[in-house]
Parts: sequence; structure tokens; C-alpha cells
Amino acid sequence: MGGKLFRNVSFLSATLSFFILLGIFVILFHYAQDAMHTFGWDFLRIDQWEPGEDDEGGMFGGVIPIVGTLLTTLIAMVIAVPLSMGIAIFLTEIAHKNLVKPVGVAIELLAAIPSIIYGMWGLFYFAPIIQHTFGGNGVGLLTAGIVLAIMIIPFMAAITRDAMNTTPPVLKESAYAMGATTFDVVKDVVMPYAKGGIIGSIILALGRALGETMAVAFLIGSVLKFPSKITDPTTSIPVLLANNFSEAQDLELSSMYLLALLLFVVSFIIISLAKFYFLGRSAK
Amino acid sequence: MSTQPLSQFETTKETTEETTKQKDVMRVESLTYTYPGAPKPSLHAIDLPIRRNKITALIGPSGCGKSTLLRAMNRIHDLYPGNHYEGRILLATPEGREMEDILEIKKENDLIRLRQRVGMIFQKPTPFPMTIFENVAYGLKLSGMKNKSDIEERVVTALQGSAIWKETKDRLHESAMGLSGGQQQRLCIARAVALKPEVLLFDEPTSALDPISTGAIEELIAELKKEVSIAIVTHNMQQASRLSDYTAFMYIGDLIEYNKTSKIFLNPDQKLTEDYITGRFG
Repeated sequence: MGGKLFRNVSFLSATLSFFILLGIFVILFHYAQDAMHTFGWDFLRIDQWEPGEDDEGGMFGGVIPIVGTLLTTLIAMVIAVPLSMGIAIFLTEIAHKNLVKPVGVAIELLAAIPSIIYGMWGLFYFAPIIQHTFGGNGVGLLTAGIVLAIMIIPFMAAITRDAMNTTPPVLKESAYAMGATTFDVVKDVVMPYAKGGIIGSIILALGRALGETMAVAFLIGSVLKFPSKITDPTTSIPVLLANNFSEAQDLELSSMYLLALLLFVVSFIIISLAKFYFLGRSAK
Repeated sequence: MSTQPLSQFETTKETTEETTKQKDVMRVESLTYTYPGAPKPSLHAIDLPIRRNKITALIGPSGCGKSTLLRAMNRIHDLYPGNHYEGRILLATPEGREMEDILEIKKENDLIRLRQRVGMIFQKPTPFPMTIFENVAYGLKLSGMKNKSDIEERVVTALQGSAIWKETKDRLHESAMGLSGGQQQRLCIARAVALKPEVLLFDEPTSALDPISTGAIEELIAELKKEVSIAIVTHNMQQASRLSDYTAFMYIGDLIEYNKTSKIFLNPDQKLTEDYITGRFG
């Protein structure tokens, strides 16, 4: 009796998440129809976001926020991947064991800091440093990319470390027993062994970087303009959505749904890839 | 329960053909070893010779220190800092006339060279995540060999010498993970043999394998002693008696008795050894 109830409740909880996912997709798709019909594939080419007179019609296109999103994410990944690998290798293979615990905990705590704090810190403290060093206005692609990197490093480093820790000690020992150095062991044994987990962590971090709103909203400048150099301000999909939602109606709102749908689909594909890699690893 | 003095070991009649070379390729002398952070030593004043081109078996109940002793002999313990060694572990120089103390080695480069001279095979097969060929070539590349045809020749010779050539010659460039457990273990032996070590240390090499694979590995080890001197830790008493020329019995960090294998198994001097051999404990 109780068993059956429990079964049904847990079944409901499990299927609910599936329906929420499906529901979000359907709603996005439904409200994006207007914009899809109006602009079609041109939505990916139009570099304007202009409501028409009296809030009727207008020209809306996603290319600038899409490019902005991709560029900030690219900058973040270029910085974060090598640093995260370095941290993970240090923690698994090099650091003295008295150091592993505190550094590990610090990294996990960094991953738990709310993104708005990174945004504030980035805007008030970090942006002036960037302005001083690289010129520009302080806010822009580079600042957003670097702070985004700082945000995803702990996350990526922690998962990569866990993946590397699954390398059986005896496998490492047998490499050492053949005269390998720590560098050889990391390169030839640990990295190949943990490959699935490492790729998974990169893809998960990528998903997070693509969707990050708050910190980027502080730092990217929120200007609807193609950046011509790395310190230029521009905008990204989540930032444009967050800034314009309160006043948008009709076609603009529909265009925003379309933009959201694009982000949703890209993130969904990326997370699915990550899952695929993680599953591939556990199946081995 | 006193440890036998080393001099007694020397009374065994052993004719060495090569009088210029030391009879022992390795000699552990009053080795006391303490694990990092451990309050008491795990090995107490161990004396043990490893005879050239012979198989020396280390037997004893779990936790007696036989693996600990083996792992001191290529200093693989040093991967985990904070160990403490006392005593000496002598290794014959490649020419074989003199002996040097491997516990004196400080530099990482010299430790790496030591581990190439004193190879080790582990309990579980440990193929690296690469192809069969790369697994065997790996140590050669680490040791600085560059010439492709030299490497290839050494790999083939090692695979042939480790009785795994027939099974692998058509799939050299497939992943080593696809081999069976017994094949993987022979591959690991080939990998160690390719470096032409002077000593091979086997740490329970067959305990994770089925009887048929075990038989193949034992045959291989018996064959290998023509080229290399061997120390093997085993839980399997039959294996020790079948395979080894000398046997050392250890108990709770002490070496209780060392002698020719036939003597240990038929007529041991110590009561404790006899009890263990006959299965009264352990």
C-alpha cells in the first residue's frame, strides 16, 4: 500500500522534470512563431533591435547577441581550460596531501559564489584594471570573458580533478615503475584515462558560460553593436533578454522568445553531449 | 623467533659459473622501513639476497610485509613522501663486479634509471590507455630511444619473449584494453622486459587471473630467469614451490627463514615456517 503510493509519487516527480523541459520548449516555440514567420532565417542576419513606431512591428535580429555570446564564451574557455587543467593536475599529482584538502575546499567554495558577486567585483574592481591595461571603456568583451573564465574555472577544475582521481593508483605506479616522470604520467596515463570526464567538464562549463546572465550583464556593456576589437562593449543573448523583457511587447517579445529558444537549443545540445561523454565513461 | 643471521644463508652449496660477477644481483641488508606517518616500522632489519638468474619467492600471511619489501627494492615507495629507510639495499652494477646502495639515490633522474633497471609487475594487469605496441614501446621512449626501427625490434623481441606475440602480432595497433586479463598481464611483463632490466619484481602477478592464465604466466616467469633475476611475492604456496629456487618466509615485518625452496617446503628450520607451510595458520 505504502509502497505503491511511494512508487507513484516518485514516478510523478521523475516524469515532472521531463514535462517541465518539454513545456518550456513548447512555450518558447509557440511564442517565437510570430518572429519566425516575420523574419525567418534572416533573424540570424539582422543586426538591429529596433521597435517600430507606436510599438508596431520593428526590426529584430539576433546576430549581435549571438556573436557576443559566442565570443565571450570563447574568451572564457580559452582562459579557463588550461588553468583548470593545471589546477586539477596540481591537486591530483603534485600537491602535498596537506595542501590538497584546503585548496580543494576553496575551489568548491568559489564555485558556490553567486554570480552577481562576481559581476559587482568585476565591474568595480576588475574593469578599471582592464581599462588601465588594455584601454577601452573597462566594460566589454574582454572583461566579461575574463570574469566568466574566473567563474567557470572552479567548476571545471573540480570536475576534472574528480575525473583524474579515478585513475587507479596502480596504473600510475606502473608508469613510474617504468621510469616515467610526473609529467609523463600526467600526459600519458592520467589525461587519457580521465579523458571522458575532462571533456564532460569542459562541455558543462561551456553550457554554463553560454547561459550566464548576471555577471555578464554587469560587464559586457550591453550595447547593440558588433565589437571591432576585444575591449569593445557588445551584448549577449541572456543580457539582451534580461535588459529588454520589462518593456517588450508583440513582435519584440516574440523575437526575444526566438532568441531564448536558440539559446535553449544550443545549451540543450551541449549538455546532451556532456551527458553522452559522462555516460560513455561510466559504461567503460 | 629470532631472525637468522645472514651467514647461515651462505652455507648453501651454490656453484657460480661466472666467478667475476657477484653471485647476488641484489642484497637487502638489515633493512628497516617505516611508512609515512606510521608510529612503528613495517619491516624490521630484513636481510635477503636475490640470486642472479634465480627466482626468489617471498611468502607469508597478509600484512607480513612481503609487498612492502618488494616495493622498497625499486623505491616505488618514494612516490609517497615521508618514508623512512634504514639499512642498505645493494644492487650489482651492470658489469656485476661491485654493488651500490640504492637507498643512497637522491636525484629523481637516478631513481628513474633505477626503476628501469629493476622492473615491477603488479597484482592487477595495468595496461596503459594506448595501443599494444605503444604500451611496450612506452618505456623505451621514456628511456630516450628515438630510432623507430630499433624501438620496433625491441618491442617485437619483448612480445615474443613474453609469449604473447602470436596473440598480438595482428593487432599491435589496437587498444591494449581489448586484451583478456591474462594477455594484459603478459603484455605488462613484455613492457617491463623490453627495458632489459636486471631484476624483475613480481607483486602477486597471478592473483587476479584464472588458472590457465596463471599457468601461462608461471611458464613465462620460469623462462625469463635465463635473462633476468626475479623476486616474486605470492600468496599461493604451490606457486612458490613450483616456481622458485629460493624462498623467504616473512611474518609481521620479520624475515623468519630464507633458504632453498626445497628446504623450506620439505624441512624448514623454524617451527613458524612449518606451521605456515602446512596451513596451520595464515
